Parts: sequence; C-alpha cells; structure tokens
Amino acid sequence: MDEKIPKELALQLYETMQRIRSFEMAVVELFARGKIPGFLHTYVGEEAVAAGVCAALRPDDKIISTHRGHGHLIAKGGRLDLMMAELFGKRTGYCKGKGGSMHIAEPDLGMLGANAIVGAGIAIINGAALTAQYLGTDQVAVAFFGDGASNTGVFHEALNMASVWNLPSIFVCENNGYAESTPKHQHQKIKDVAVRAVAYDMPSIIVDGNDVGAVYRAAQEAVARARVGGGPTLIEAKTYRLRGHYEGDPQMYRTREEIESWEKKCPLERWRKVLLAADVPAEGIEEIDRRIEQELKEAVAFAEESPLPDPAEARSDIFTPLPAEM
Amino acid sequence: MVQMTYREALKQALREELQNDERVFMLGEDIAEFGGTFKVSLGLLEEFGPRRIRNTPLSESAILGAAVGAAATGLRPIAEIMYSDFFAVALDQVVNQAAKMRYMFGGKLSLPLTIRTTMGGRRSAAAQHSQCLEAWFMHVPGLKIAMPSNAYDAKGLLKSGVRDPNPTIIFENKMLYNTSGEVPEEPYFVPWGRANVVREGTDVTVVALSDMVDFSLKAAERLADEGISLEVIDPRTLVPLDIDTIVQSVQKTGRLVIAHEACVTGGVGAEIGSQAAYHALDYLTAPIERVGAKDSPIPFSPILEREILPDDQDVVDAVHRTIDYSA
Ligand SMILES: Cc1ncc(C[n+]2csc(CCOP(=O)(O)OP(=O)(O)O)c2C)c(N)n1
Ligand SMILES: [Mg+2]
Repeated sequence: MDEKIPKELALQLYETMQRIRSFEMAVVELFARGKIPGFLHTYVGEEAVAAGVCAALRPDDKIISTHRGHGHLIAKGGRLDLMMAELFGKRTGYCKGKGGSMHIAEPDLGMLGANAIVGAGIAIINGAALTAQYLGTDQVAVAFFGDGASNTGVFHEALNMASVWNLPSIFVCENNGYAESTPKHQHQKIKDVAVRAVAYDMPSIIVDGNDVGAVYRAAQEAVARARVGGGPTLIEAKTYRLRGHYEGDPQMYRTREEIESWEKKCPLERWRKVLLAADVPAEGIEEIDRRIEQELKEAVAFAEESPLPDPAEARSDIFTPLPAEM
Repeated sequence: MVQMTYREALKQALREELQNDERVFMLGEDIAEFGGTFKVSLGLLEEFGPRRIRNTPLSESAILGAAVGAAATGLRPIAEIMYSDFFAVALDQVVNQAAKMRYMFGGKLSLPLTIRTTMGGRRSAAAQHSQCLEAWFMHVPGLKIAMPSNAYDAKGLLKSGVRDPNPTIIFENKMLYNTSGEVPEEPYFVPWGRANVVREGTDVTVVALSDMVDFSLKAAERLADEGISLEVIDPRTLVPLDIDTIVQSVQKTGRLVIAHEACVTGGVGAEIGSQAAYHALDYLTAPIERVGAKDSPIPFSPILEREILPDDQDVVDAVHRTIDYSA
C-alpha cells in the first residue's frame, strides 16, 4: 500500500466508500419498493471520488454537490438515518422533507447542498471560498460536478473568477463518461476535461477516480495549495457510474460489456485488495461492513417510523424572520 | 433634512452599511474605480478598499453565484447587476438558487444577499437595456423586491434590504438617479412591506411604482383642476406587498388605477389588481385600470419609445375611464 496513507486513514477511506455503497444499494431497493418518492440518482461506482476528496478536508471546509449527492454528504460526515428520513420525505430528515434526494444538505457539516441544476454549484462554491479568503481563515471549498456540467457556461465563468481572484476553490470533475445518456465523445471534443484549466491559468490534476488513494493524494495537493493562498485547482477524476443515470433508466445507450468492464474496477474491491495486501486483517474490514449494515438497518427503521411533515409547515422556511429590531 | 439625489442617497446607504458591518461587501462589473455604470459606488473603493468593493469579471452567473455562496457562509454581499436585462443570462442563481436554498434545506441557512440593479427606459437604450422585469421575480417565492421611487426611499429601503436576512432585489430607476429629494441627515430605515400614501385623495386610487409615482402626481395635479381627487399610493416593495393600504384606499375611493412602466400583459398590475378586487370587490364602481407600456420590445428612436412607454397622460386617461364608466 501507499506508504503516504497510514493504515488508519486507509481503513477510514474504505469505510466511507462502504457507507456510501451500502446506503445507495439500500436506497435502490427501497425506491423499487415505492418507499422513496421522486428521482433517484445513485453514486454507485463513483464512491472513491467523494471519499478521497473529503478525507483531505477538515470539518470546517465547505463542499457543494450535484443531483448525485448522497455520496458527498456521507463523505462529509452525514448521518445515514437523517439522510434516509429525508429521502423518505419525513419530518425528521436533514431538510424536514423539503429537499429530498436532489437537495439534501447540511450546512453545519459544510455541505452546501445537492443541487438539481447542473453546473450551478460551480459558481456558488466561489462564494464559500471568498468567505474564507475574506475572513482570512484557511478554509477551502470544493465543488463536485460531472463531465456534462463542464459544458455549462457557469463552469467557465466560475473557473475564471476563481482564478483571477485566486480563491481557495477546488473544482472536482467526476468524469463518468456520460451526461445522462450522452457519451462524452458526443458532448465534448476534448479527451480530458482537465485541459480546460489551461484557459484559466489554473493547475489541474487528472486522477484515476476509482483509486481512492490516488484521489486522496490529488485532493491533498489541491487542498494544500488552496490553504496557503495558492489558489484554485481543477481535479478530473475519471470514473464510471455502475447504475443508470437515474433508477429506472433502461440504459440503452451503453453495453453490458462496458458496464462489466467497469465493475471489475470497482473502487471498493480494489481498495479492499490494497488493504489486505498491506496486511490489514480481514476481520477489521468485515467488522466495518457489519457496523455499516447495522447502521443502515437502524437508518431505515428510523425513516420508516418517523412522522411525515405537517402540511401546516409546507410554507415555513421560505424566509428567515426579520430580527427583532427590524 | 438635506436635499440629495437618488444616486447620492443610495451611495450613503451603501457607505453606512459598509461601515456598520465588516461582513458587508460589494461585487459587480465596473463598480470599483469606475464607480459603476451609474456612478452609485463612485468613491467607495477609496474608502473601503478592493477587498470590500470588488470588480468582477463580466460574468453575471459568477457574480450571483459567488454572492449566493458568500451569503450562505456568513458574509452579506451586495451584488450589482448593471442592467436588469442582464439577469436573463444568470437567472438560475436568483430563481433556482437564492430564492429556494433556505426552503430546500428546511430552514437550515439564511441568505442575507442584496442584489442592486437598474430598470427602465426613456433613454433610447433600446430593447435590451430598458426593461422592467420585476414581474419575473415577484412570481418566484423566496425573493423580496423593492422599487424605490425617490431619494428618501432609495436610501431607507436599501439599508433595510442589506440588513434583511433574505435575498432582496432593489430595482433602481435610471431616470431617477439625478432627481433630488429630502433625506434626513441621521441614519434611518424604511421598512419593506409598508406602502407610502404619497398624496391623499377621495375619487380614484392610483397605485404607482417607481417613476410612475412622479407621473401619477403630475396626473393628480392636472386632474385636480377638473375637480377629480387622486389618492396616489407607492407600494415601495412588491414583496412583501402592503395590500391592506391599497384595499383601504379602494374602499374609500371605489376606483383603482395601477401604473407601472413594465408592459401591461403579465405585469405586476395584474396581481395587485386581482388582490385588490378580491378584497374590495363590493366597493369598486368601475373596472380596475392598468397603465403600463404597450406590449412591445422597447424601441430605440425617442418618438417610438414615447409611443410605447406610459406617462402622466396615460394615467389621466385611465382615471377618466374609471370616472366615466357606467355599468
Ligand atoms: C441545467 C440543467 N440541464 C439539464 C438537466 C437535466 N440533467 C440532470 S443530470 C444531467 C446529466 C448531467 O451529467 P454530468 O454533469 O456528467 O453528471 P452525472 O449525471 O454524470 O453525474 C442532465 C442533462 C439539469 N438537471 N440541469
Ligand atoms: Mg457524467
């Protein structure tokens, strides 16, 4: 194993990935059973990106997510029970049932929300980075987004602003090869999204997004630079989503063989092998798996048992009440 | 009280709020050395420095996105959109992000964000630099909207807007920047959601927005000669809307004219009229009249622009229709 990653951290990376995978697989099943309303975009196959990046962050650093946001919240410390309750549309969920899968958020954990407008978070994260720069803290701010999002105008506007203001923004492109059904070669001519950083005189890193250790090191490099005023970085993590764009996607746009070839590169399997090769005892890993299984059971039970929101609250939380002196 | 221009009053509000709270800062295109296209922020860079008076790239989405993110993480940004027409390239950040973030997150954060922008025509600025788009935003729950019609309100509303823990949009009227009004020397606030009865009257209620207040006052003078008494009400803010003051007036006069510069179709006059009719139907003695631009892109040539945009004559005509109406 990579000697730069201590065993404890290596296990933590595994645990985060496993927590994401297990949550997503549970959610897939619950969705199929009609327990979860709305859309569901899962992060299955891409766990190493969120896990690796967030392991390089401090609790007070900020992130902003996408429509595929469960993994980011989990990696930033989100609780499975409160997440599950939110996906169920329950009063006890992270957003009191007002956000759901696509808007799940916990500002107290520095997670500024999943966002169902592709690309939007890339601009917003600059504001979080600006707050850190403005107040003279050394926090950094990370925007996750997809290869599809790298074609929005806001991607270019935001990278330019981050660059010219030297913001502690880190742009993490989860290049999973598709924007919904559109394969990357049909939506952009460039092979690597990372080349777009050149236009903004910004350093970039291309990393195997299914290798959590490599993602962690790439993120560490970007975080270290941003913390000391070295400015933004564009990280491109090459990965793949193993399930449909959304649950129920018939996936006519790709072949079984292609999916299987990526299943062989499953980031959890790969990391488990790395751990075992580094003499991490198998029981240690199994213990993590068991703990998460239990945590999930409790999360589902919590969501099931939680009350629905009171319709009388449907219009609360639109505006913040004015302070007393106003 | 001192005489002061609308522009100077806005600048004073900005200065006082920048002095009051270190978390307040401004960002926008050409707002620093240049002082903004309309010179509202001229001189603030020298006073507050480039950290707080920030020139941005020409990127409306990046400006508003950064403002949203900064507000979500503890600052109090004042973003400037040079012309409200330019909102069109960055609406997502206002409509889908700023307006909804607190709600989507179950009340977990506040967005103390102010957007200053300019509105209106009468300057031969043609179709892409003259619009009044307040109706777009009134239709999006989660945003507060002010349309100051004079120097006193401009200062007081902007100050309250900056202190408000919610996203606020202030539409500054380009034709009003050089107009003067009385402004107190000591700091003051104008609360949002409280209409101003600018002129009391008994025969017809005229609800007027932004510079249509001045046109309506002119119309009131002209109509007074005919013995028609107008009550002119400036709602000051569209969200929150002080419908009570409007309804009370309609209950007194029985006639309502709503005047704004935006085109009539789909304009906020429809909303105000509908609410007023709902609450005061039995008092109305004539159909509610709406005065606004004729439905058209704003033309360039002054003679064409005058044809499209409303003025005091349109208010006078509308008032006459309400008086002459017989069921
Ligand atoms: C502005 C916008 N356009 C389109 C959509 C519909 N949509 C949702 S996700 C998606 C594809 C996004 O692709 P990518 O950015 O690569 O992210 P991925 O889904 O692959 O994680 C599309 C087209 C949207 N939500 N927002
Ligand atoms: Mg993609």
